[in-house]
Amino acid sequence: MLKTDVVVIGAGAVGCAVARELSKYQVDVIVVDKNEDVGGDASKSNSAIIHTGYDATPGTLESQLVVAANPMYDELVRDLDVPFAKVGAILPAITDEQFAKLPEIKEKAFRNHVYDVEYKTAEELLAMEPNLNPAVKGGLYIPRESIIDPFILVQAYAENAYANGVRFLLNTKVTGIRTEDGRVRSVETSGEEIETHWVINCAGLYCDEIAEMVGKAEYKVVARKGQFFILDKNTSCQVNHIVLPIPTKITKGKLMCPTIHGNMLVGPTAEDQDSKVDKSTTAEGLASITADVRNLIPNVNVRDTITQYSGLRPNRNPEGLHFDIWEDLEGYVNLSGVRSTGLTLSVAMGKYVVQQMQYHGAGFVLKENFISRRKGIVKFSECTLEEQEALVSENPLYGNVICRCETVTEAEILDAIHRPLGARSVDAIKRRVRAGMGRCQGGFCGPKVIEILARELGCAPTDINKNNAGSHMVTGTTR
Amino acid sequence: MYNVKCDVAIIGGGPAGLAAAIAAREEGAENVLILERDNALGGILQQCIHPGFGLTRFKEELTGPEYYGRFVDRAKELGVNYMLNTMVLQVNHDANEITCTSSQYGLTRVQAGSIVLAMGCREKTRASIMVPGTRPAGLYTAGSAQRLVNRQNIMVGKKVVILGSGDIGMIMARRMTLEGAQVVMVVELMDYLAGLTRNRVQCLDDFNIPLKLAHTITRIEGNERVTGVWVAPVDEKKQPVKELEQFVECDTVLFSVGLMPENELTRKAGIQINPITNGPAVNQYMQTSAPSVFACGNVVHVNDLVDNVSQESTRAGKYAARYAMGKLNKAEKTVACVTGTNVRYLCPQKIDVSAENETVSLWFRVLQPQLGVKLVATCGDEIIAQQKEFRVNPGEMNHIVLETAKLTGDTVTVQVVKED
Repeated sequence: MLKTDVVVIGAGAVGCAVARELSKYQVDVIVVDKNEDVGGDASKSNSAIIHTGYDATPGTLESQLVVAANPMYDELVRDLDVPFAKVGAILPAITDEQFAKLPEIKEKAFRNHVYDVEYKTAEELLAMEPNLNPAVKGGLYIPRESIIDPFILVQAYAENAYANGVRFLLNTKVTGIRTEDGRVRSVETSGEEIETHWVINCAGLYCDEIAEMVGKAEYKVVARKGQFFILDKNTSCQVNHIVLPIPTKITKGKLMCPTIHGNMLVGPTAEDQDSKVDKSTTAEGLASITADVRNLIPNVNVRDTITQYSGLRPNRNPEGLHFDIWEDLEGYVNLSGVRSTGLTLSVAMGKYVVQQMQYHGAGFVLKENFISRRKGIVKFSECTLEEQEALVSENPLYGNVICRCETVTEAEILDAIHRPLGARSVDAIKRRVRAGMGRCQGGFCGPKVIEILARELGCAPTDINKNNAGSHMVTGTTR
Repeated sequence: MYNVKCDVAIIGGGPAGLAAAIAAREEGAENVLILERDNALGGILQQCIHPGFGLTRFKEELTGPEYYGRFVDRAKELGVNYMLNTMVLQVNHDANEITCTSSQYGLTRVQAGSIVLAMGCREKTRASIMVPGTRPAGLYTAGSAQRLVNRQNIMVGKKVVILGSGDIGMIMARRMTLEGAQVVMVVELMDYLAGLTRNRVQCLDDFNIPLKLAHTITRIEGNERVTGVWVAPVDEKKQPVKELEQFVECDTVLFSVGLMPENELTRKAGIQINPITNGPAVNQYMQTSAPSVFACGNVVHVNDLVDNVSQESTRAGKYAARYAMGKLNKAEKTVACVTGTNVRYLCPQKIDVSAENETVSLWFRVLQPQLGVKLVATCGDEIIAQQKEFRVNPGEMNHIVLETAKLTGDTVTVQVVKED
C-alpha cells in the first residue's frame, strides 16, 4: 500500500499541469496512468494550437479558462523550455455567405474578452498568406493564436513536477476507488493500492469510467475522432499562419497551419464514435480533409504527406467542459468534457483545480523551494555552428547523427532515455527528440533506435516496444 | 573546427561514391576524400547479401558485399581517403566547402576542388501512398527490415504481407521465407511488376509466394502490433473495389513502394532539382547547376542495377577530377533533352556540346510496358539515333547512344514508338 495526499488519474496535458501546480505546495502527489509514457492519448494527437478562446461559448468555464490560459504561455514556455510560436491565425471568408458572418465572429470574440481580433481586406490577407484562395473576400486576424510542441509541453509539466517531488506510476491502470463515510480513501490500481485524501480525475477519454467508480457518472464520454495529415517540410505550398475556415453550425471545419518544427498540418475531421481505442484513419476522412482544405489553400499538396494520424477528443454528452466537486463525496475532483481546447487550458486548469481544492478546505501550504524551471533536451540541429562545435567537443556523441531527416544525434537520444521520466519506447524517443518524425518516418533511424534503447535499458531488442505493452517492434533473431 | 583539404570530395561511400572516387583518382586527382555516415563503406549493398550484382560490369554474379568489396579494394589500392561515421550537414558550392560532423573529429570543414554528391536514395513510406488504418508496430519499409534482418540479425515478424512488387520487396519476400517467416502475399497496385522479372522468378515463383497484381491494401488493423490488412482488387482508375475486400491476417507489413533520391543537402545548397527524378539536373558529365558540384547514382535518379550506377558514377568522378584540375571541356552550347512518347524522364537532362565530338548515353525509364518498340532520338526534324527493343518496362532502365556532333538544334527528343 502506497500513501499520498493527492492521486491524479491521467498523465495527459491536464493531469500533468495539475500535478505541476500541486507541486508548488507542501503536498505529496502521485500521478497514475495506464500508458507507458506521459501524454499518451488526446494530448499527443491534436492540432497543437494554443487558442485564444475567441470562438468559445461566452460565459462558460471553457471560455474563462482558455482566455485566461493564452497569456500565460509566454512565461510558461520560457520556464519549461517548450517550443512555441505566436504565429497568429487568419479566418478568411471565401464566399459572400461566409463574409457576412465575420461581424458575428468578431462580436463573439469580444464577448469572450478577446479584443485584439482585427478585420483584414482580401489584399492584406493575400499578402500575409500568398497561397490563400485568391477568391477570398476578406477576413479576420487573431494575432495570439499560437503553435506549440504538444509532446514537449506535457513532458515538461511532468518532468518539472517530478523535479518537485511528484511521483509517476506509468503502465498502471486504475481499477477502482474506495470510498468510506462519504469521502475518498484509496485508489486501487493494476499495481499497488494507493491510500489518499484526494483523487483528481483527469482521465480524459476514460473520465466517465473513473467517475462511475465513485457513482458520479452523470455523463458519457463520446470520442470524437479527428484525422490529420502532416506534410513534408519541403512541400511546395506552405502557410505562415493558422488558416482557419469560417465555422458552420455543424463543425469548426478543417484548418491548415505550420507546426512548430516547420511541417504543414492539415485537418481535422470530426467524427463521433463509440470506440475509445479506434484511432484508425480512413480513406474517406483523408479525402474530406483534402477537399475542404483546398477551399482555403487550393494548391495544398497532400501527396507530400509524411504521416497521417487521428486523435480522439474526449467529448461528453451532455456537452461542455465540467469541473465538479460534490458535497457528498469529500476529496473527489472530477474533470470532464476536456476536448480540443484541453491543451491550451491545461495551464489555467492546473491553477483552477488547486484554487477550488483550497476553497474546499484542502489547506495546501506553499513550498519555499519550488523549482520553477525545466531545461529541455538540447537540439543539435537548432544550434549555431559554434554551439555545435562546443557540444561535440564536450560530448562526442553529439557528433553521431542517428536520424538523418531531423538531424538528431545519439547524445540527444541518450538524454531522452536517461532524464527523469525518460523514454522507454520508440515512440517516446520520437516524441522527445523527433528521431523518426521526418520524411523517412524512421526508415533509417528506426533500426538504430531499437539498438540504442536495448543497449541503454539493458534488454533484448525483442523487449523494445513501439509504445504500450504488446507493441513489440521485432519478434526474434535470425536463424 | 577541424579543417581538411582535398581535390575531390565525395559525399557518400556506397557504390556511387566508390566508383566516383576510383575514377577521380584514375583521372589524376591527387587527394580524393569520401565522407560516409555509416560505420563502413559499401552503402546499402552491405545489407544486400543476395546474388545478382555485377552481371554487366564483371560478367559474373556477385553478392552485394562481393560487388562493393572489389570497389573498396581498388579505392584503397589507389589511396582514396575516407572518413566514416561522418554526417555532412551543409554543402556550400560557392566556397567549395562542406561542413560535416563526426564523433571522432567533431565539426569538420572540408575544402575541395570539386564535390560529388552520391547520397543515394531513401524508401517511400506507408504515408506517401496514404494507406489508411491504425499505426501499430510491425510496419516496415522493406529496406529497413532488410537492414534489421541482414545486418542486425533481428527478425521483424512471423507472418508477412508485402505491399509493392519493387525489387527490395521481392528480395525480402524470399529472405523472410528463408528465415522461417510466412510470406502470405505480395500485393501490387499496378497490373504489371514494379521490379525486375528475374526477381519475380527467383524470389516469388520459386517459393510459391502469391503475387496479387492490380490489388492494394485498403486498411491496416491492430492497435499494438499489426493483426492484419484488408486487401482489395483495384479498377482501371486504381480505385479499390470495396465489395471484393478481404481480410488477410498478418503481424507484419513490408512496404516496397518506391524509392526517392535523397536530396536534402542538394536542395539546401540551392542546386537545381528535376521535378520528375527528384534528383539534381545534370549534363553528360554528371555536372549539376553548380559547376563545381557533380552527382551520380541514385541521388540523381533511381537506377535499376548497381552496374549502371557504377558506370555513371565513373563518369561523375572522372569529370569532377577534370574540373578540380581545370581541364573540363568548355561548352559551346547546351542542348536540352526532351521526353517524348512513353518516356518518363531522361538523364542527363542536358548535353554540353563542345568542339570535340563525344558519345553520350541518354538513360531513361518508360511510363508503360510495351512490346516490339523502337527508341528514337530526334534533333529538329532529323533522326539522330534509333534502336530496336523487344520489350520495355518501367522497372528496367533503357538508354540510347548519341553523338554530340549531330546535335545541331537546341533540343533532342527521345521517344519510344511501336515498331512498324
